[in-house]
Amino acid sequence: MADAHAGALHAHQFEDADQQKDASTLGMWVFLLTEILFFGGMFLAYAVYRIAYPAAWAAASHHLDVRLGGINTVVLIVSSLTMAMAVHAAQLGRRQQLVVFLILTMLLGGVFVGIKAVEYQHKFAEGHVPGPGFHFEGADGRHAQLFFSLYFAMTGMHALHMIIGFGLLAWLLAGSLKGRFTPSYYTPVEMIGLYWHFVDIVWIFLFPLLYLLGRH
Amino acid sequence: MSHYLNHDYGIRSWLLTKDHKRIALLYLISATVMFMIGGIFALLVRLELLTPAGDLMQSETYNKMFTMHGIAMVFFFLIPAVPAVLGNFLVPMMIGARDLAFPRVNLLSWYIYTIGALFTLWAMISGGVDTGWTFYTPYSTAWSNTNVLVTGVGIFITGFSSILTGLNFIVTIHRMRAPGMTWFRLPLFIWAHYAASIIMILGTPVVAITILLLALERGLHLGIFDPALGGDPVLFQHLFWFYSHPAVYIMILPSMGVISELVACFSRKRVFGYSFIAFSSLTIALVGFLVWGHHMFVSSQSVYAGLVFSVLSFVVAVPSAVKVFNWTATLYKGTITFETPMIYAFGFIGLFTIGGLTGLFLASIGLDVHVHDTYFIVAHFHYIMVGGVIMGYLGGLHFWWPKITGRMYSEFWGRISAAIIFIGFNLTFFPQFILGYLGMPRRYHAYPEEFQVLNVMSTAGASILGVGYLIPLVYLFWSMRYGKPASDNPWGARGLEWTTPSPPPVENFPVTPVVTEEAYAYGTHGKESPVG
Repeated sequence: MADAHAGALHAHQFEDADQQKDASTLGMWVFLLTEILFFGGMFLAYAVYRIAYPAAWAAASHHLDVRLGGINTVVLIVSSLTMAMAVHAAQLGRRQQLVVFLILTMLLGGVFVGIKAVEYQHKFAEGHVPGPGFHFEGADGRHAQLFFSLYFAMTGMHALHMIIGFGLLAWLLAGSLKGRFTPSYYTPVEMIGLYWHFVDIVWIFLFPLLYLLGRH
Repeated sequence: MSHYLNHDYGIRSWLLTKDHKRIALLYLISATVMFMIGGIFALLVRLELLTPAGDLMQSETYNKMFTMHGIAMVFFFLIPAVPAVLGNFLVPMMIGARDLAFPRVNLLSWYIYTIGALFTLWAMISGGVDTGWTFYTPYSTAWSNTNVLVTGVGIFITGFSSILTGLNFIVTIHRMRAPGMTWFRLPLFIWAHYAASIIMILGTPVVAITILLLALERGLHLGIFDPALGGDPVLFQHLFWFYSHPAVYIMILPSMGVISELVACFSRKRVFGYSFIAFSSLTIALVGFLVWGHHMFVSSQSVYAGLVFSVLSFVVAVPSAVKVFNWTATLYKGTITFETPMIYAFGFIGLFTIGGLTGLFLASIGLDVHVHDTYFIVAHFHYIMVGGVIMGYLGGLHFWWPKITGRMYSEFWGRISAAIIFIGFNLTFFPQFILGYLGMPRRYHAYPEEFQVLNVMSTAGASILGVGYLIPLVYLFWSMRYGKPASDNPWGARGLEWTTPSPPPVENFPVTPVVTEEAYAYGTHGKESPVG
C-alpha cells in the first residue's frame, strides 16, 4: 500500500516515517471497511432468503460436511495465530522466526483451500451445484438450490480472498528473505496481517451460518 | 521554470506518472472521451424522438441507445468527473500536501478505470446492451440476449477505481494536512470530497457484489435474483439502489464543493455559514444512504417501508437546501463579478434548485406513482446530473484551468458557451417535465402524436446543448498553446492552490505552507476586497 523504500526511509509525499505508517494503517482499515460492505451484500441476501425459506435451507444445510468445515475453521484460526506471531517476529526484528511463521501461515492457508476444493468436488458429485444439472432429494428443491447458490457465492468469494492472501504472503516471504523488514519498518507485514485476520473473521461468520443451520 | 508539465517528457513519463496532477489530466482525457461517447448516444436518442414513429431505429436499437447513454454517462463520466479530475488535482494542493497519501494506488485507479471502460466499450461495439443502466433482473439475467456480462464486468472493474480514489482522499485529508490546516480551515471543496469519499468506500462495494451476483446468475445459473431459480428480483433492486441512489451524491457533492469555492471567490466574501455547509455535506452522505427505497414505490415494497423512505427522502432535501440558502446569503452584498466560472455557478444554483424541488414531488408517494417511469423522472435527474453536476464540473474546470495549464482561455467564448449551455439545457429538459406530467413514459422509441411539439423542442435544445459543449472543447485546447500565460492567482482567489506558481511545480509547493487563517479570508487583506 505505501510507497516505501527499504529501511527507515519514507516516501517523498510524507514528512516522516511515522506519518507514512499512520497513513498506511488508516488506509488498510478503510479498505477492510469496503470489504465488509462487499461481503455485506451477500450476507443481506442470505438473511432475506433464510428467513423466507427456513425449512428448505435447514434441509440443504444438512448436506454440507460439518466435519470438514469444522476442521477448516480450526485450520484458519491457527493460521491467524501464526500470522500474529509473524507480525510479532517482524516487530522484534527476528528474521528467521518471521520466515518460519510466514511459511506456516501459507501452509495452513493452503490446507484450507485444499479442503475447500475437496468439499466442492463432493458437491459436484452429489449434484448440488446450482444450474441445469441440480437435483435435491428434499421437498423444496428450488429454495435448496438458492441455499447452494449463496453457499458457492459466499465460500467462493472467501476462497478467492484466501488465494489473494496467499499471494500477498508469498510476496512478504520474498521480502523477508531479502531482509526488507526491520523493527523500524515492518508496515507491510502488519497490514497484510490485518487482511489475513479479516478473511479469517469472515469465515468465522460463514461457518455457523452455512453449516450449522437447524443443528441446535 | 520547471513545473509538473515540463519536468519530464514523453508518453512513458505520463503513463507511469505518480504525480496526482498528471493523473488528474489522464482522467480528464478518459472522462472526456466517455462523455463524448455518451453524448453521441444521447444525440441518437433525441433524433429518434423527433418524430412520433420509430423511423430512425426500431425498439431493439433504441433500447441499446438509451442504455449505453446511461452507462457511459453515469459510471464513466459523472461519477469520476469532479473527484477524479478536479479532486485529484486539488485535494493535495488545497491542504498543502505534496501528493495524495498513496500515489501508486492513485495511478492504479486510473488504469482500473481505463480497463473497465475498455471492457464496456468492447461490449458496446460488439452488439451493445439493452437492459437500461439499471440492469433490472430477471430481464438482465434470463431474457436479454445482449452483452450484459461484458458490460457488467466493465462496471465491476471500474467500481474499484472509485473505491481506491475515495480511500486515497480519506487518508490524505486525515493524515496529510499542512501545519495549521485544521479541519475547520479546510476549503468546503475538501469537505465535499471527504463526504463523497465516504459514499464511494461504503456504497461502491455493494454495487460491486450486486453486479458480481448478477453475472454469476447469468453466466453460471447461480440463482440469487431469478424467481425461476427461487430468488427475488426485488432484492436486486434494493441492493442496486443502495449504491445507485447514494451514487447521485457521489456526483453532486464534489460539484457542490466547486460551487462553494466559486461563489466565495466571485462575490469576494467569506462563505456564509461555513460550518453549516461543511456539515450538510456529511449529512447528505449519511442520510443519502437511507433513501434508496423511493426508487421502489411501485415495486411491491410494503406501504410502511414506502412511508419511511418517503419521509427520509424529504429529510435529505434539507441539507441540500441549506447549501443553496448559504450560497445565496454569501452573494448578498457581495462584490459580484460575472466571469465564466461564476456564470456556471449561477447556472448550477438555479438548475439544481429546480432539480431538487422536483425531487420532492417524487418523494411524495402518491405523486410518484403517477409520474413513475415517465419523462418527469428523466427531466428531474437530468436537472441534477447535467444541470447540477456538469455545470459544477465545467465551472470548476474553467476556474482552475489557469492553474492546471498555466494559460488563460478566451473569456468571451467562455461566457458565450456558458450561456448557450444554460439555454440549450433548459430547452432540452424543461419540456420533459411537461411530457412526463402528461403521461409520456420513458424508454419508448415511439409516442402518440400529441407529444410531438414538446419532443421537437427537446431535441432542438439538445442540439444547442451539444454545440455548447463543443465550444469549450475547442477554446480550451486552443488556450493550451495560444492562451495568455496565467499569473499565479488570476482571480485574486483565496486558498493554498493559488499561492503556488501556475502550473505548479512537481511537489506543489517550494516549501510546505503554514496555514494561519481560515478559508475564504476575503476582505481581510485589503486589495481584493472593496466590500468587507
